[in-house]
Amino acid sequence: MNFPILSSLILLPTIGALFILFTKSSSGKYQSSKYVALFISLANFLLSLYLWYVFDKNSVDFQFVENREWLSGFINYKVGIDGISILFVILTTFITPICIISVNATITNRLKDFLIAILIMETFMIGVFCSLDLVVFYLFFEAGLIPMFLIIGIWGGERRVYSAFKFFLYTLLGSVLMLVAIISIYWITGTTDVEKLYELGIKAEYQNLLWLAFFSSFAVKTPMWPVHTWLPDAHVEAPTVGSVLLAAILLKMAGYGFIRFSLGLFPIASENFTMLVYILSLIAIIYTSLVALMQEDMKKLIAYSSVAHMGFVTLGIFTMTQQGIEGSIFQMISHGLVSAALFLSVGVVYERHHTRLINKYGGLVSIMPRYAIVFMVFTLGALGLPGTTGFIGEFLILMGAFERNILVAMIASLGVILGAAYMLWLFKRVVFGEINNQELKSMKDLKIFEIITLSALVIPILFFGFYPEPLMNSIEASVENTLNMYNFDLINNLASKN
Amino acid sequence: MENLQYILPEIFISLVIMLFLLVGVFKKNSSNLIYSLSTISLVILLALIINLSSLDKIYLFKSSYQIDNLSNYMKIILVGSGVFVMLTGSKYIQVINLNKIEYPILILSSILGMMIMISSNDLIVFYMGLELQSLALYVLASFNRDNLLSTESGLKYFVLSALSSGLLLYGCSLIYGFSESTNFDQILINSNEFNYGTTFGIVFILVGLAFKISAVPFHMWAPDVYQGSPTSVTLFFAILPKIAALSVFIKFLYTPFANMNDQWQTIIVFISIASMIFGAVAAIGQKNLKRLIAYSSISHMGYALAGLATVSNQGIQSSITYISIYLVMNLAFFSCLFMLKRNEKYYENIEDLSGLSKKHPILSFSLLIVLFSLAGIPPLAGFFAKFYVFLAVIEQSMYFLAIVGLLATVVAAFYYLRIIKIIYFDPEKDGYETSHNLGLKITLAISTIFILAYFIYPSGITEIVSKITMI
Repeated sequence: MNFPILSSLILLPTIGALFILFTKSSSGKYQSSKYVALFISLANFLLSLYLWYVFDKNSVDFQFVENREWLSGFINYKVGIDGISILFVILTTFITPICIISVNATITNRLKDFLIAILIMETFMIGVFCSLDLVVFYLFFEAGLIPMFLIIGIWGGERRVYSAFKFFLYTLLGSVLMLVAIISIYWITGTTDVEKLYELGIKAEYQNLLWLAFFSSFAVKTPMWPVHTWLPDAHVEAPTVGSVLLAAILLKMAGYGFIRFSLGLFPIASENFTMLVYILSLIAIIYTSLVALMQEDMKKLIAYSSVAHMGFVTLGIFTMTQQGIEGSIFQMISHGLVSAALFLSVGVVYERHHTRLINKYGGLVSIMPRYAIVFMVFTLGALGLPGTTGFIGEFLILMGAFERNILVAMIASLGVILGAAYMLWLFKRVVFGEINNQELKSMKDLKIFEIITLSALVIPILFFGFYPEPLMNSIEASVENTLNMYNFDLINNLASKN
Repeated sequence: MENLQYILPEIFISLVIMLFLLVGVFKKNSSNLIYSLSTISLVILLALIINLSSLDKIYLFKSSYQIDNLSNYMKIILVGSGVFVMLTGSKYIQVINLNKIEYPILILSSILGMMIMISSNDLIVFYMGLELQSLALYVLASFNRDNLLSTESGLKYFVLSALSSGLLLYGCSLIYGFSESTNFDQILINSNEFNYGTTFGIVFILVGLAFKISAVPFHMWAPDVYQGSPTSVTLFFAILPKIAALSVFIKFLYTPFANMNDQWQTIIVFISIASMIFGAVAAIGQKNLKRLIAYSSISHMGYALAGLATVSNQGIQSSITYISIYLVMNLAFFSCLFMLKRNEKYYENIEDLSGLSKKHPILSFSLLIVLFSLAGIPPLAGFFAKFYVFLAVIEQSMYFLAIVGLLATVVAAFYYLRIIKIIYFDPEKDGYETSHNLGLKITLAISTIFILAYFIYPSGITEIVSKITMI
């Protein structure tokens, strides 16, 4: 047995959290705890980069697989990654240190508890992307609710209690049906091991109901229209760092789940429900883009734009084409970076001016030139300008969609225009124009740590925008394999019917 | 009479009870001494039972008394939680001036009654055990006799419980009449043919047992009794009688009535669903923590019964696992409740928890863990309890029960979250005392760590429980 690198990735943040829990700070400010947390999360990031380095990009199998007996012989603790999950793991380990650096500005009370919550959260998030057993997946998937509930509830804004409850109960309600489905799969096939399930397949007669049960969970988490309403509330009330984690990583769990489980385990049902997903995705793209146009609160605007972007993702996944799925994964990574960056940018001005209302701002370009530049990059990334990661994702998704259904693709393209409209309008109202509000003049430009975090996000957005090859390389083989399995199952099913 | 060594635990505890009564009468101011001695004798009792636990299946006294894996396991968790109940409550009863010699003796006699119930293999022996534990419990409920609520709860419990015992006894006599025997195994043999008398008997017995376990629609006493009784007695009520009653439930359903599962299965499913939903919904509006935990325990009993409704060994084992984890969660919750003390007064309203996390981070964290576990959120122990039950329920394709049960957990999650909200999100109030007795601290530490770390090695309980097979 080799060194259990994935388990180390999963456990390291928890160990760090325990360490912080049991140390006392003499000053009572817990600045040292922050350095511990930062160190741990950076170590985890480096570990995941090493993982990417040794990862065999041409193999379609799961790699670094660990399989231990866990639940008295019938359910095993099994983790492993393939090309689909590795990028999400790296995204998680990359975003977490950025969150910890930005904690400085936004969290004034109970810093220690906050750091512990973030580190525990990281454990659960990495666990979701690594787990190769449905029960283990469910465990991590649900456990993430606890720290996020506390992050929103303790450090959130005015309506934080309402938002935290809404977030928790919506997600829980969606997930319980998935638990029923997971247990049913166990009794139908005798295993919850994902690899074995890929081989065994699930009988066609069960697939539709099981697919719907998984869908109920993922649709809430994605979030898809019409169960997206928890997201704007949660985003607006969560502290900046909470919004970053939520937008960058939590939403990706569902997209990942769609590819790994809905497509992988229930191909026949996925084919049956394709139209449903298309329609919901299109509504999400068009409707939430329009809603985003009308928002007066910056965070709410970005939250609605997230729903629209995730609409592209679900659309891309269910095109069942190589381009569509690759585009979706790329779009998720891109959205992870861009939305994190946008929330951090909003956090920068919110911290200085204590309001998120767009009309209170204007003319920031003359007061905060550096801020204006990075904010512009992120805006362009969000609207999908060529040269940023956003473009590649949307382009590939639309390519995939055109292959399957021209009408769907045309409607989705409208979303790109609307996306440009609300993002540019936001940028114009906040950064350009006259300074109407005299209080703004006292605002200072970016501080050192803000430059670090924001430029850490600018670099990958531009780099992978111009040169997406490293990311594409990693996902290509696994996506191809997933699609082959998918088509194979469909053909088999047709053959058995005739 | 050659097999007396197998009932050594019962003999031991009976002798101890009589001895303590004598000591209490002849020695003045011996209440503290008796309390400590009772705790110690419970530990010895536990050791005696564990010593016998290697036995597989033994019938005693013309097979009216039975010792098997089920009874051994249930007795171990019964007496084990009894020890912790004594440990956590010792300071409490001193503070509110209940430290009388009768208190520990009543607890011991109630435990003796429960042990007899668990091991009984005969209607008459069963009823004797049941009455012994009930009579002790009536007195315990009203033990704080100067308190109006406590007296009310004692009286209420007495009247309703006597009624249910009457129904149960009527059921027993019907069973006896139609199957010509009081012995469980004999009843099983004689009841192969369907007749209405036996069906009525089953229904009456199930009603009586459902009352003891506080399952809907026979739950009305629980909130009042939980709230009115002294907290240490409430803790006792929340755990021990439930263990005994669940054990008897298993025994009745799977020994004398094993052939008639088509008749009782629907009843159990109904009781289970009604308890899960009612417990979840009714707890939402509560203001008193003890009352809230009463509703929560109603709903938890619904889940435990869901396992029994499956008519499979897997289901029985899941119910037993459920009650084992349930008792740890209750121990932890009540330990936290005992820590809410300020100026010789205990606080038990939800509002009193407001902002607790600022001044008492460790206590709040324990409560957080316990409440999320009660809500069944992974990776805490409470999730595994529910997971096993639903695993068994779905194995039998009882999807309706599973989906209703899981939806009820979402509703229940709301009121647990509400408490967490009050602890963590609300403005802080005065702090509470921080010095607590060792027993309380140890109980809280052990139970919280158990809940938190259960997922690391979840097979432990499952492996022990998997020896218990009834079918």
